[in-house]
Amino acid sequence: MTTTLTEIKHLPTLALLVCCEYLAIFKKTVAMHEVFLCRVAAHPILRKDLNFHVFLEYNQDLSVRGKNKKEKLEDFFKNMVKSADGVIVSGVKDVDDFFEHERTFLVEYHNRVKDASAKSDKMTRSHKNVADDYNRIGSSLYALGTQDSTDICKFFLKVSELFDKTRKIEARVSADEDLKLSDLLKYYLRESQAAKDLLYRRSRSLVDYENANKALDKARAKNKDVLQAETTQQICCQKFEKISESAKQELIDFKTRRVAAFRKNLVELAELELKHAKGNLQLLQSCLAVLNGDT
Amino acid sequence: MAAEREPPPLGEARPADFEELEEGEDLFTSTVSTLESSPSSPEPASLPAEDLSTNSNGPKPAEIMLDDDREDLFAEEPILAQLVGMLNRRGREQSSTEATEEVSLDSPERDPILSPEPTPAITPVTPTTLVAPRMESKSVTAPVIFDRSREEIEEEANGDLFDIEINVSDPEKVGDGMNAYMAYRVTTKTSLSMFHKNEFSVKRRFSDFLGLHSKLATKYMHIGYIVPPAPEKSIVGMTKVKVGKEDSSSTEFVEKRRAALERYLQRTVKHPTLLQDPDLRQFLESSELPRAVNTQALSGAGILRMVNKAADAVNKMTIKMNESDAWFEEKQQQFENLDQQLRKLHASVEALVCHRKELSANIAAFAKSAAMLGNSEDHTALSRALSQLAEVEEKIDQLHQEQAFADFYVFAELLGDYIRLIAAVKGVFDHRMKCWQKWQDAQVTLQKKREAEAKLQLANKPDKLQQAKDEIKEWETKVQQGEKDFEQISKTIRKEVGRFEKERVKDFKTVIIEYLESLVQTQQQLIKYWEAFLPEAKAIA
Repeated sequence: MTTTLTEIKHLPTLALLVCCEYLAIFKKTVAMHEVFLCRVAAHPILRKDLNFHVFLEYNQDLSVRGKNKKEKLEDFFKNMVKSADGVIVSGVKDVDDFFEHERTFLVEYHNRVKDASAKSDKMTRSHKNVADDYNRIGSSLYALGTQDSTDICKFFLKVSELFDKTRKIEARVSADEDLKLSDLLKYYLRESQAAKDLLYRRSRSLVDYENANKALDKARAKNKDVLQAETTQQICCQKFEKISESAKQELIDFKTRRVAAFRKNLVELAELELKHAKGNLQLLQSCLAVLNGDT
Repeated sequence: MAAEREPPPLGEARPADFEELEEGEDLFTSTVSTLESSPSSPEPASLPAEDLSTNSNGPKPAEIMLDDDREDLFAEEPILAQLVGMLNRRGREQSSTEATEEVSLDSPERDPILSPEPTPAITPVTPTTLVAPRMESKSVTAPVIFDRSREEIEEEANGDLFDIEINVSDPEKVGDGMNAYMAYRVTTKTSLSMFHKNEFSVKRRFSDFLGLHSKLATKYMHIGYIVPPAPEKSIVGMTKVKVGKEDSSSTEFVEKRRAALERYLQRTVKHPTLLQDPDLRQFLESSELPRAVNTQALSGAGILRMVNKAADAVNKMTIKMNESDAWFEEKQQQFENLDQQLRKLHASVEALVCHRKELSANIAAFAKSAAMLGNSEDHTALSRALSQLAEVEEKIDQLHQEQAFADFYVFAELLGDYIRLIAAVKGVFDHRMKCWQKWQDAQVTLQKKREAEAKLQLANKPDKLQQAKDEIKEWETKVQQGEKDFEQISKTIRKEVGRFEKERVKDFKTVIIEYLESLVQTQQQLIKYWEAFLPEAKAIA
């Protein structure tokens, strides 16, 4: 796509601007999708899911239906219940140090990532505004250059050209920051939420387990429905232990992935910022050389 | 790829006088052209050689060449040689103070980015190019040396290294409450002999500047001189300062005003005719200045001004001038276009300043947030990298703040100045129209008087006849004067516009280059910061 774009003539028409915007958004969306699919593929259990295989292999149109109103409403209520329950469940102190630490960590981390994500969004939007201003300045300088009758008109035209080019670079800076930083933070915002949800499910199952224990004791005391209580307790215990085990692994993986993703994105961000700054510098210096040579 | 934007074909309807000249040539054409004396009030300037020899920025050898060649040329003319020798001696006696090129704006944040203020002293005019044309002019117009009109002196003072530098600094609040005002220190450094000292400074308040402008405008605009406009009043800004709000917006306001006042004075002294004006000299030199109360908006004079302005606007609409000179019509149209374009550009640059300030604030907020995130991150290397990122972003925020300053003070304010200057130029064109109208009215009155006289002749009333004849004589003189005035103002405007266009080209080029250099600095800093961060990011294990 980039090659065709450079072939389009260097004119700040609306069409070109729209193209650039679309390209930026397209790149973003593609990147997000790729990350998601890679995640699923890397997961020991999810990668075996049939739905996933169908998604990857079926070479015709998957007609995916969006959620209808009923399903959306169900989701809404489920969330409400979950939040309420989450509050109750989170009051329970965990015996396991690992999970207790993770819980404290995740709550704080999630909030801070949320904040950083929002601020990063504002930052990239501001960058884009500045790039747009450069565009308008370039157009005004062009108009001045074509109308002026003194020898400064050549000057204006050269500077107008500079602003057009530098504007493209600034727009790329904004898009790249968005891609590497804002999207990263957004992603980890959702990941940390998912991790919190996992902890919630585990806490839920812990509460269930403890309730089942209490029920069993009561049943033994009354000597009524003991077998049933025992079975329930066993199931809860198994569920709890299973979820604890997989949760532990997931949370460790979460950390590893997080560190790797941040590293990759921060390195790429720095490299791109450098590339753009150097590009800008070269543009400015060569323009200055021409202008100083003329005067 | 061919350039899609071809520059417009130049030179379509350019008047012969104002073709694009090399730096030194303008002196040549102007010294040859005029011998008439300029119309207005100020006293004649001191001898020209002072300005020549106070060429403190040029190397000495060129000066010597000048003297030698002169002496050769006038070897046959002993009187001329004597005169030239006298002028040169006076010039050499004068100690030439080096015109210092300091960074005149004191704001500390600006130092890393900005180069010295674009005063004329920086113009890259080599002494040789100055000298050569003057040689030719001497041989062609030898007698002119005696008869140096003030205009030629002004031209040389203008094109030559023009040795006066003005700084406005140290804004100080004087007084309390609603009677408080800001006093600014105006420092002049010069070697021109019309001033009593080489370096002096005075305290002036804003209304003093307005008073100066008002005086100059009254004296010179109606005869065609483009008087640089003073900075605008701002009731909101000043009230904040008076009330004593010590926040950043009032400091910014004061700084903006200080810089504007400095540019205003620098532009005014660049004008060779205005530089001779005694009011200007008094403004720069005398420690006490009578309060200019007439500049207050709600004073009697202020209201009178507003009424006059309205009347002028109405008049402008009703005067239908038969423009015999296409040059004027063309120029007016050009200035109209320029005005529109500059306003658009100005608006865009102001938007840029605004957005860049926003960007800076958002980067600062993000930096803090990233630092917090780094704190809660429990992987040590990542935590450190995030803190580093926060630091980088903080530095970048500072960078953008400084760039926003440059956006504003270098670029936006220049555009604002020129928009106001063009309004002054339009004003001068309007004066010409009024002058024409006066002339036409005089002609009409003369005609009426003649008709009245003819009638009286027929009616045979000898006593009234004499009176009529006297009146005719009076109005004939007025018509003649009107025509002369009109021609004079037209001539002055042509010259002024030529000067204005040259200044404009110079100003814009200098400012834009300065602005681009500020952008270069920003990018260089950005590179430094990101280069420092990259290894930190890579070190995350």
